[in-house]
Amino acid sequence: MSELPLSAMNEAALQAAPATKARGYWATVGRRILRDKVSMACALVLLLIFLSALLAPWLGLEDPYKGSMIRRLRHIATPGYPLGTDELGRDMLARLIYGGRLSLVIGILPVILAFGIGTSLGIIAGYVGGRLNTAIMRTVDVFYAFPSVLLAIAISGALGAGILNSIVALTIVFVPQITRVAESVTTGVRNMDFVEAARASGAGPFTIMRVHILGNVLGAIFVYATSLISVSMILAAGLSFLGLGTKPPEPEWGLMLNTLRTAIYVNPWVAALPGAMIFAVSICFNLLSDGLRSAMDIRN
Amino acid sequence: MLAYIARRIVYVVPIIISVALVCFLLVHITPGDPLVAVLPADASQELAAQLRAAYGFDRPLPVQFGLWLLRALHGDLGNSIATGRPVLAEVMRAVGNTVTLAIAAAIIGFTMGILLGLIAGYFRETWIDKLATSFAIAGVSVPHYWLGMLLVIIFSVELNWLPAVGAGPGGSGAWAWDWAHLKYLVLPAITTSVIPMGIVTRTVRALTGDILSQDFVEALRAKGLHERGVFRHVIKNAAPTALAVMGLQLGYMLGGSILIETVFSWPGSGFLLNSAIFQRDLPLLQGTILVLALFFVFLNLLVDIAQAAIDPRIKRG
Repeated sequence: MSELPLSAMNEAALQAAPATKARGYWATVGRRILRDKVSMACALVLLLIFLSALLAPWLGLEDPYKGSMIRRLRHIATPGYPLGTDELGRDMLARLIYGGRLSLVIGILPVILAFGIGTSLGIIAGYVGGRLNTAIMRTVDVFYAFPSVLLAIAISGALGAGILNSIVALTIVFVPQITRVAESVTTGVRNMDFVEAARASGAGPFTIMRVHILGNVLGAIFVYATSLISVSMILAAGLSFLGLGTKPPEPEWGLMLNTLRTAIYVNPWVAALPGAMIFAVSICFNLLSDGLRSAMDIRN
Repeated sequence: MLAYIARRIVYVVPIIISVALVCFLLVHITPGDPLVAVLPADASQELAAQLRAAYGFDRPLPVQFGLWLLRALHGDLGNSIATGRPVLAEVMRAVGNTVTLAIAAAIIGFTMGILLGLIAGYFRETWIDKLATSFAIAGVSVPHYWLGMLLVIIFSVELNWLPAVGAGPGGSGAWAWDWAHLKYLVLPAITTSVIPMGIVTRTVRALTGDILSQDFVEALRAKGLHERGVFRHVIKNAAPTALAVMGLQLGYMLGGSILIETVFSWPGSGFLLNSAIFQRDLPLLQGTILVLALFFVFLNLLVDIAQAAIDPRIKRG
């Protein structure tokens, strides 16, 4: 209304203030995590896996789709096939590297989507409070009545097999968890003096949520979300392992583990390789998330 | 205490109804006609309509939900489309096997987790702590279905010590507590136990560390209490939280066993769920999920009550 220009001015002024403070904080966090050897080792491993998946077509690998009946289930360290071949005679090294593309997308995308949706829902529920809070948080409670593995499998089982369905199912599993964390940190911040000050100087609820609340709660929610990536990787590959995610002949670690399961009596160690990739990514994200959490903890 | 229990039970009622609603709706987000599995491909329109009316699929959704809930309250979850047998009986038989597996895994995982957690928390920042913590992180990060495969490769394929799949000799469904049956339980139980082991270790380690750094522990030591006595105080203070975490983990093992049961062909509820999904047996799918979710809700309720019984601070609103 009449106070519009004033509030716009305030917005600019207040926006500048937390930004400078935040830079100092994040720089400290960055310095601390760079000094953490375990986190850096994990980041390096993940970077290698990401880059090789991204650059797979230019690495001079065999065709990951081309099989051959005469060279099925070769052992590890066979000349020409450093990691052997799978049950259809396809090169395992190529399939593991190409497999990273789909495996990483279906494992990480649900967490990113849930991070966006859950953060928005949680901040709105926490800041607005009242009936809206009750409505959102009681709905979240219902999803907590299901073990997450069961919920993921139930939803993707009902929707039917497919990559998109498995991403949707996993997003639905993670949204309530992130919403709950976002709501709880927002409730902790909403009555602090700086929010009161922003409200007193005429900032609207949307501005307060976007500028003042978000900046102060995002870090905590982000760390929580990174800890979910490990679970998400295991579940996404697990859905494919059950036959609910990726479809053959696509290279994807969970599906590869499933199709190679019949080969464990012939060539057990080749059959176990895709699981080692899932394990590596999952443990690296877990350790990195732990490192980030302690780097962001001001107290120590 | 009684008032607290009553309040918790009243609070569970809307949760149960919502859980039932989610299970009911699951079938209705399913693409395609739920009758596809029973209907022959060349069925006439009339036969389809007849069957639809028989299963009640022709009524409005809220009416269908009301009727379904009413029947479910009487223990009637409908019949499996694939086998024609009552869903509840099928599910309860399978749940029995899952409970066996979950309890065996809980005994292994919780014992290991409590021991490792106490040791790690007590010797914080030493190599013992680092070892236990790495073990715990590996436990929560490992894709358990892959660990199951690895164990089968090592103990069944390479060493030939333990059976790879099934739940008893000759594929019989009846379970017995003798070695002939128990050796089928070893690998799936170890596989199931790693996640709870990891989570309980981390919880107990954090609790032990926090409690040991509190003033009252210093006071106990200052007054000359021996370390064993101090440890008793630590355990007493850590018990309520640790118990809550373990209760939740037991629930996850009951409801999340599908991947492990598939790897080991363990005839439990997860295995049943898997076949329900792939035969598109919707009543069975719905019923299995409902029963498992209700187990989980009741387990949470029990944990809350047990926690309040141990910890007098909890009886708040």
